[in-house]
Amino acid sequence: MRRVLVIALLICVIPLARAIDTAPAFDDPAQQSRYNDLIHQLRCVQCRSQSIADSNVSLAADLRRQVRELMAAGKSDAQILQYMTDRYGDYVLYDPPVKPQTWLLWAAPLLFVIIGGITAVVVIVRKSRVAVDDPAETDPALAGSSDAGAP
Amino acid sequence: MWRYLIPIGLFAALVAFFYVGIDRDKQTLPSPLIGKPAPQWQLPSVEDPAKMVSSSDFAGKPYVLNVWATWCAECRHEHSALLAIAQRGEVPIVGVDWKDDRDQAQRWLQQLGNPYVANAYDGEGRVAIDWGVYGAPETFLVDSQGNVVFKHISSMTMEVWERDFLPRLKGNGTSR
Repeated sequence: MRRVLVIALLICVIPLARAIDTAPAFDDPAQQSRYNDLIHQLRCVQCRSQSIADSNVSLAADLRRQVRELMAAGKSDAQILQYMTDRYGDYVLYDPPVKPQTWLLWAAPLLFVIIGGITAVVVIVRKSRVAVDDPAETDPALAGSSDAGAP
Repeated sequence: MWRYLIPIGLFAALVAFFYVGIDRDKQTLPSPLIGKPAPQWQLPSVEDPAKMVSSSDFAGKPYVLNVWATWCAECRHEHSALLAIAQRGEVPIVGVDWKDDRDQAQRWLQQLGNPYVANAYDGEGRVAIDWGVYGAPETFLVDSQGNVVFKHISSMTMEVWERDFLPRLKGNGTSR
């Protein structure tokens, strides 16, 4: 039983072994999770498809250091994200703000659902009307003739 | 008839989207600093760690800030253009040597020539973060009011200089 527990604990440690972020951990677990949240919200502008938490590019390390220092200086999460957007623009945020330039980005999923919904309704309404209007469906006397080719 | 127009229309819209997107530069991020006051900085010089270089040294007149490093291949490529621009004497070029080795940087300047009026050594990359630098080379134009007017990402060429920098530099000189 004890061996199983030890193995389970070791498995829990595996994610820590990636060691992209070589800076020492925070003493306070609350600060650590705040830090983790922040660095996952910030894009590595050099490598684009990774957050600064996932990247071992030196600029990402510099930005992680900056996040630590701003936290140590008592800045709020909003202030830290603002600090980054002041320098790198909205692109640095993985969660871009809703603005006139980004409304299409945010509205696109809803737009597609609406377009799909309208299409579905139109198709269903039209199909059901055809079924009602089709004499073959309503008049059993004609049913045989329209299905003549069917086995 | 109109049922054929819908797919054709959708296709045309898609083509329009791709057409707009195909020429768009997705590598170059627009700088939020344009039109805003340039970041203030103070750093030791590349040549002499005891000597400080500061943004206030260049205040009141337009200047070009060029971020470079010896590990950056594009920087070697643009170096001859920087030398030619420095030769023309239209505007001083201030260098920021970004996350570099100081000895190598000094050797670089000795071997390739020095287009800079001053060269700041940003070993930890702190000033570069204030400027929103994410790759080298990057070149900024700061006007006489101390505002960032333009940012060019990647290698500087004479074509870029004449097209993007000179008109803004001249506009700055006459209108204010």
